Amino acid sequence: MLTSSAFTGLSWSPVTDVRTLFTFPFMQHALAAGTIVAVMAGVIGWFMVLRRQTFAGHTLSVTAFTGASAASLAGVPVAVGYFGICGLGALALAAVAGPRRSLGAESAATGSVGALALALGFLFVSLYHGILTGLDSLLFGTFLGITSSQVLVLLVVAALTLVVVALAARPLLFASVDPDVARAGGVPVRLLGLGFLLVLGLAVAETSQITGALLVFALLVTPAAAAHRITARPFAGVVLSVALALAVTWLGLALAYFSVYPVGFYITSLSFAVYVLARVLT
Amino acid sequence: MTAVSFTDAEARIGRATIWRDVSLTVERGQFVAVLGPNGAGKSTLVRAVLGLQPLAAGSATVLGRRPGDANDRIGYLPQRRSFDESTRIRGVDVVRLGLDGARWGLPIPGTRSRAAAARVDEVIALVGATAYAGRPIGELSGGEQQRLLIAQALVRRPQLLLLDEPLDSLDLPNQIGVAALVRRICAEEDVAVLLVAHDVNPIIGYLDGVIYFAGGTAVEGPPEEVISTETLSALYGVAIEVLRASDGRLVVVGAPDLHGHHAH
Repeated sequence: MLTSSAFTGLSWSPVTDVRTLFTFPFMQHALAAGTIVAVMAGVIGWFMVLRRQTFAGHTLSVTAFTGASAASLAGVPVAVGYFGICGLGALALAAVAGPRRSLGAESAATGSVGALALALGFLFVSLYHGILTGLDSLLFGTFLGITSSQVLVLLVVAALTLVVVALAARPLLFASVDPDVARAGGVPVRLLGLGFLLVLGLAVAETSQITGALLVFALLVTPAAAAHRITARPFAGVVLSVALALAVTWLGLALAYFSVYPVGFYITSLSFAVYVLARVLT
Repeated sequence: MTAVSFTDAEARIGRATIWRDVSLTVERGQFVAVLGPNGAGKSTLVRAVLGLQPLAAGSATVLGRRPGDANDRIGYLPQRRSFDESTRIRGVDVVRLGLDGARWGLPIPGTRSRAAAARVDEVIALVGATAYAGRPIGELSGGEQQRLLIAQALVRRPQLLLLDEPLDSLDLPNQIGVAALVRRICAEEDVAVLLVAHDVNPIIGYLDGVIYFAGGTAVEGPPEEVISTETLSALYGVAIEVLRASDGRLVVVGAPDLHGHHAH
């Protein structure tokens, strides 16, 4: 894979290096996209960890790979594949989980959907012979070649999603923590469950475009899990989750820019370090 | 004022009749225990009061309305349910959800938000949970969690409190402590309480009345009158003996379903 260090090296002067980061349009796009994705992943991830739906998130990230490879095969923009399939995947998960949120049944059905999605994705990649290097970035992420129109799509989707989540924040929190009482209090618990899976699908689709399908968890789970360990205050937890996701994304992108190793590796490793620190310190 | 009134009520789930000919009245400020063996229909009564279980026959009013129409004036604590250790939400947040958790939109800082926070603090103090309400609820003991859940059910100043087996997972001192707390709330807040319980003994001294489900129906009355050899024998349709142990505990002998019975 072509790496950015071909363009410029590390000067070891922070001011110069930060300025260098913003010199090239591809890097500006990458930083903008990473920022949008980190904010969305931080917020949605916090609710996902609270709801113990990380397995659903994982399954959706596998379907994200299927969507992207199907889109490549069909010759349509990869983003269409990501958003389309993650939406469909969320509906499929909601359908197999059924009306009752029984965790055991949900995880078995969720796993089955995930296995099928991965197999289909592999089939599409095999059918489409030309993208062996593309396979890497579908699975493990890339920050090269993000266009300004892609950034715009990421921004619009993230903004709309976050507005919806903000409006539904309290009922969603209630339904996540205490579904029986929430239902008795008139909260549409089922509808919120379906809605949240759709939102999660969108968040996974966005995150996949930076970290790749397999490393979605680095932004969606790890910062949120660390935030949950550090604070039990809901608002502070969401803010901290976003802050950690932003920190690892920016640092990961910068490290990838100045080195020969892929961005997915950096973001994941930094995220993991944050989580370990949170576990050790709390 | 009458909080709950059932007249010749019947509940069916599918084709099975759970209970019939149930008539009962609970007044504001009364603390009434709902007793009986497993599967006799105690939780069905709670669901009927909430309007979640339609009556197949008879009539019912709850706080002067049809069941289900006054749920915003009912505090409900479902059978459960404890938060496990991984639930990283503070007790005070769980109580707050009972106040405005069903509202859409973000809370706007201001007088209303401050009033909400003050009400939450007040109700937490009422149940004596101030010392630990700031800790994650999953780390608290069963008794501490139960007090916070009662605070959650009380936070909107309900006129009727439905507590479905709140004493189930508690040790004896905590059962007595929670029963004393409920008694105090009944008097101070003028709220009617229906409390579903397995064992009447730890709470009998605090009760105004008992509703005893068995044999496909229920009887209502003062505790000593209902839990008696005559009443329970008639209710179960077999010979039952109620004995008083030397420590004052009531022991029911000969009930057909001893499993999970209140006096084992």
